[in-house]
Amino acid sequence: MTLASKRRSLSLRIIIYIFAALWLLIAAFPFVWTFWGSFKVELDFFSVANWTDALTGERTIAEYGQPFTDAGYEGAWIKEEFWRNVINTFIVCFFVVCTSLTIGTLGGYALSRSGYRYTLILLIAALIFRAMPPITLVSGYMLPFFEWNVWGILPTTIIVLVAINQPFTLWMLHSFFQNIPKELDESAKVDGCSQFKAFRLVIIPVMWPGVITTGLFSFLLAYNDFAITSMLLSEDNRTMVPQIAAFLGTTYTEGNVMFAVAAVVSAAAPLFILVMFFQRQIVSGLTAGAVKG
Amino acid sequence: MKHSTFIWFFSPTALAMLLFIAFPIVSVLVQSVHAPHKAVLVEVETCTPLVGCTKETSIDQEATRELREKKPIGRFIGLEIFTDRGHLAISEVKEIWSGSENFNEFFKKIGNLPFYRAMAFTLTFTFVVTPLVVIVGFLVALNVNALHERIKGVVVFFSLLPFVITPLIGALVLFWMIDSRGILGSAIQWIFADPNLSLKASTGLMWISLIVYGVWHAAPFAFVIFYAGLQTLPADQLEAAQIDGATRTQQVRYVVLPHLMPLVSFVALIQLMDNFRVFEPIVGFNADAHAQSLSWFIFNDLGGETRQFSSASATSVLTIIGVTILLLPVLRRTWRDFMEKST
Repeated sequence: MTLASKRRSLSLRIIIYIFAALWLLIAAFPFVWTFWGSFKVELDFFSVANWTDALTGERTIAEYGQPFTDAGYEGAWIKEEFWRNVINTFIVCFFVVCTSLTIGTLGGYALSRSGYRYTLILLIAALIFRAMPPITLVSGYMLPFFEWNVWGILPTTIIVLVAINQPFTLWMLHSFFQNIPKELDESAKVDGCSQFKAFRLVIIPVMWPGVITTGLFSFLLAYNDFAITSMLLSEDNRTMVPQIAAFLGTTYTEGNVMFAVAAVVSAAAPLFILVMFFQRQIVSGLTAGAVKG
Repeated sequence: MKHSTFIWFFSPTALAMLLFIAFPIVSVLVQSVHAPHKAVLVEVETCTPLVGCTKETSIDQEATRELREKKPIGRFIGLEIFTDRGHLAISEVKEIWSGSENFNEFFKKIGNLPFYRAMAFTLTFTFVVTPLVVIVGFLVALNVNALHERIKGVVVFFSLLPFVITPLIGALVLFWMIDSRGILGSAIQWIFADPNLSLKASTGLMWISLIVYGVWHAAPFAFVIFYAGLQTLPADQLEAAQIDGATRTQQVRYVVLPHLMPLVSFVALIQLMDNFRVFEPIVGFNADAHAQSLSWFIFNDLGGETRQFSSASATSVLTIIGVTILLLPVLRRTWRDFMEKST
């Protein structure tokens, strides 16, 4: 591409940079704005008088004597006990990621090493399952879960999320294991290892990049889920996202919208940190599926 | 790998998918043809001296509970729910068909039936957002690829944010900005010089807002895929085109685009699947007065005090059928690819 870039005219380069700046604005500005506004009072964040109030915090100064206030965060985290939902979210995510990686790695490895026709049927079944909107399955869960008295608790939700995660995990790890040469574990088997021992001694040491990438996406799926968690968790066990949805119902009427804004910013923060540290893995994970087709 | 070893490795994940994806689908199918038991009614005759006897029908609580406990799934009613007014509304559609004089009137009246209204939004959203995502993603990828190496990483970082963000949270962030008191809302009022303009008030504007959210959320996904595709673009092809005197648009048209075509179909198919299940933005935008989707219907039936399992199941079955239709091309391609590989 060096040839092309050298021949670019100045006007074209300016257009390119303007377009890039515009795109950055579209992608990032909403988050910056909401983060900034979360430290204001409602009348500043939703300003009738003048939109610059949200920047300078006129009303916030009038109310608290300074342009920033943590009232929204205090209200959400302490008064509404949002920290409980934060803990629940991390419990759910931790167990979902660990479980789905454990069983997904075994399954994906098996799919990549078996050449029989049924592997294709299993992969296609997984693809169909991946396409099912999770909410269509929820009405199938609820009645049995009520009957067995397991509705509303975290373990049930964790198991359901693991299962919903599996099709994607299998596809991803399957294509990842296919890139690890078969000769590695074949030669271990020739030396007298069982299939499982070959997997343990030869494959496990080299599989971590793919497993970490897949784990990131499992985490995102569990963290971002709204359909399953809002339907399968009781009020006391809610994770962050359904709790935010519940805030919306109550806060609009009580005038505590800033609680919801603070909760939204709190819930978005871990995702930012995640992207910051794992940007390359996320990009490679997204493209792995596409390039494979 | 031997069959027995395969089973050992694969059984945990197979069990999970069987129990929590395959069985629920069956369960949804079964529930969609059942309805809750009717209350058992008893006729009680109460006689009071002087007044005489009166007959009263009342609900036999005990018998009703017993029946419900014995058969929690309810009574079999066949396809009744599918054809009722809340779903396919067969009889209403027939009535409208015979009652309307032209297609315009027919479609207008059909649009008042809840299922068809939701279907209209779901399909509009799917087929507007998907191409827009592909186009925006492609333009941004071309653009970022032309940037200086050093700032590419930063741009990719910020581009990923709308995509990894929780859909409900992303929707809320945008919704608060387009609120008539929010920054975008007031900007729009200022541009159109109409202080009463509110995106929340009109159906058309709400649809547009939802579509904007859809593109904003998914364009980064398309961008990342296309950007990765551009990295594998063979440099000699591009150079050859330049030597032949191709203009920049011609280069994009005849070299870059054909190279990215498989990725375009990949992104489009994933997007079709994901946009068809549009749901969180409707909750986040509080838009259910103007736009409903099939997923939102299910959510609405299941939530609240009265959980309407039969109705939710019927909508679920219809959604699954819709997804399967959208998925058919992908399935055919996967099958063909595997056959080519194995022969």
